[in-house]
Amino acid sequence: MVENLAEKRRIFIVLGAFVALGAVTPFLDLFMQSLVTEILVFGILAMSLDLLLGFTGLASLGHAAYFGVASYTTAIIMTKEDWTWTFAAFQWADSLGLGLFYIFIFGLVVALAFAAFFGFLAIRAVGVYFLMITLSLAMVIWGLAYRWSAVTEGDNGINVLGRPSLFGISLESEIPFFYFTLAVFLICLGLMYMFVKSPFGKTLVGIREREERMQMLGYNIWLHKYLAFIIAGVFSGVSGVLWTLFNLFVSPPDIELITSAEALFMVALGGPATLVGPVIGSAIIRSLQQFISIYVERWPLILGAIYIITIMLGRLYGVEGILGLFGKFRKPAASPETPEG
Amino acid sequence: MTTLSFTNILVLSYNSLSYAAILFLLASGLSLIFGVMRIVNLAHAAFFLFAGYLALEFYNIIFGSLSLMPRIIQLVSWTLLYFAWRGLNAYVAPRHAALALLLAYIVLETLCSLAWGFRFFELFFPHVPVKPVDRINFPGMMAAIVVALAIAALCGMFIERFFLRRLGQDTLSQVLVTIGFAFILQDGSLYTWGGDNFMLKQPWPLNFSAVVWGLSLPQYRAFMIVIAVVVAAGLFLGIERTRLGAIMRAAVDDPEMARGIGINTNVVQMAIFAIGALLAATGGVVGGAFFGVYPGLDFEILPYAFAVVIIGGLGSLGGAVLGSIVVGFIENFGTALFPELSYFALFAPMAIILAIKPTGLFGKG
Repeated sequence: MVENLAEKRRIFIVLGAFVALGAVTPFLDLFMQSLVTEILVFGILAMSLDLLLGFTGLASLGHAAYFGVASYTTAIIMTKEDWTWTFAAFQWADSLGLGLFYIFIFGLVVALAFAAFFGFLAIRAVGVYFLMITLSLAMVIWGLAYRWSAVTEGDNGINVLGRPSLFGISLESEIPFFYFTLAVFLICLGLMYMFVKSPFGKTLVGIREREERMQMLGYNIWLHKYLAFIIAGVFSGVSGVLWTLFNLFVSPPDIELITSAEALFMVALGGPATLVGPVIGSAIIRSLQQFISIYVERWPLILGAIYIITIMLGRLYGVEGILGLFGKFRKPAASPETPEG
Repeated sequence: MTTLSFTNILVLSYNSLSYAAILFLLASGLSLIFGVMRIVNLAHAAFFLFAGYLALEFYNIIFGSLSLMPRIIQLVSWTLLYFAWRGLNAYVAPRHAALALLLAYIVLETLCSLAWGFRFFELFFPHVPVKPVDRINFPGMMAAIVVALAIAALCGMFIERFFLRRLGQDTLSQVLVTIGFAFILQDGSLYTWGGDNFMLKQPWPLNFSAVVWGLSLPQYRAFMIVIAVVVAAGLFLGIERTRLGAIMRAAVDDPEMARGIGINTNVVQMAIFAIGALLAATGGVVGGAFFGVYPGLDFEILPYAFAVVIIGGLGSLGGAVLGSIVVGFIENFGTALFPELSYFALFAPMAIILAIKPTGLFGKG
């Protein structure tokens, strides 16, 4: 699968960076530890969106929907005691030390179901119509979280008391939970890497570049896009489940349009069609949010300004994302590959 | 599911039409901007909300017992800023003047907050709590609409001229920039006017219900329908029958040829963007007495506008009329019949339309 030396070296650099992160984080203070965990959680969200945006060329502005349903599902099955079946099953699984697996399976199945349904509605739409319909569907999820208070507690949000243990190892404190998140993150990264390097992933890139040609070659465009949409939704669900476990609280503002827009911006900032780029974008955005929130509470205002400034600067200097910036420094005269025909 | 009596159906239809009127005002601007510039303006609903707040502010200044001092200070500050800008421009290039003003701002902001304990920023945007005004009159409302329209149109022109025009045809950049402006407008409004839910008052002849055949019909809703019909007729005639409209259509259909025969397509685009913002602002002021004005209204109503243009097709005025009526009826009847599912009911026709024609009924693709 790994063809050339440069690719191998890149994988080693990335893995080395994460090993270093795992080694350094325990020595940071609590604030930084939770920040790193948060970056990893949103990194998964951004990478999953990149499967759609970067690799398939579908700009979804509603990716927080699957994040949202998964995080709400997690919170609901952990707290709704009057839903006898799910709660009893959770307690039973938790007593065996498998509570986390139960949560993940449940959350991911729900995210998959929603992605399958929404994808079915959205994939037919092309271009900006796709963007509008995904945004609207995500607002439906927000509306459910906000208005269906019998299940979602409405505006108050759901408080989760404690994380389930993993084979008897408690994840309550920051360090074990960080390692757990890192492990899930690396598994997701590995799976997504395999996905984009697989023939299926290559086909998606082909669809992004020349849809008509791929159609002519006999590929089922609709099915490929649909499957990519579902897979991205499931990975987004992983980050949703992790978010509930990390934050121990979900409320409608978590899954608002701003989350979808942030994810989109993380991808655009880091560089689309790379897997590491969105994680860098996530690191930048989440760190900025945490540090700026110490001084001023107007995060959306500042975020909006950051969007505009970054995009305008990127346009001015013709750079695509942070990774694009590195590439520009390394080989300034290289022309971007443009497939003809 | 409840059954509806005939009178209920009549009243619901009336409500649906008035709802459709506001949706049309919002969605026609979106559709117009897309038709000409191929931009989905995600800040569009933010203009809607912002205009509502502007009207509220304006009512407070005119009818409320608002102290005028902060407003005078604001006026003086902006005037001084304007003259500083003019003065600097006489000596240095605009970008250096902007840089100088920015530096001066940072220095003054630091100085003011450290030495005198107030925010320099607040000289320009004074933090004056607004109250719902009890009594307004019809001319006051019209004046508020005009002011809100002018400011919204200026904002729209600013965004188009200095940001969107430089982006070219990159959808992702356009989306992020317009959503950036949506966040700025939304959060700036929250900062300026606070998080309360304000209801703009309805002026005198409109704040009653007419009783027709024993049905009680609020007159304000009729007013909303009239405004929408007038705007729709104006847009249609303006685009189809006037020279200006012909120029606009030429700039849409074949920009290169239009430039070739001496049409300044840049100006046309800026005008279109201003008109779009203006339509949203009309909807915001008229709808502010109907939906209320509160933070988050913009992103709540944006999906409805999208539903309208997805059903009707982007870039088509007739599509916007049809789409807003469809969405208005579905929303009102859906809420009456299945209260829990109304948000979902909206997406059923969207899914059907997309399955038949992915670019909407009258869409240009």
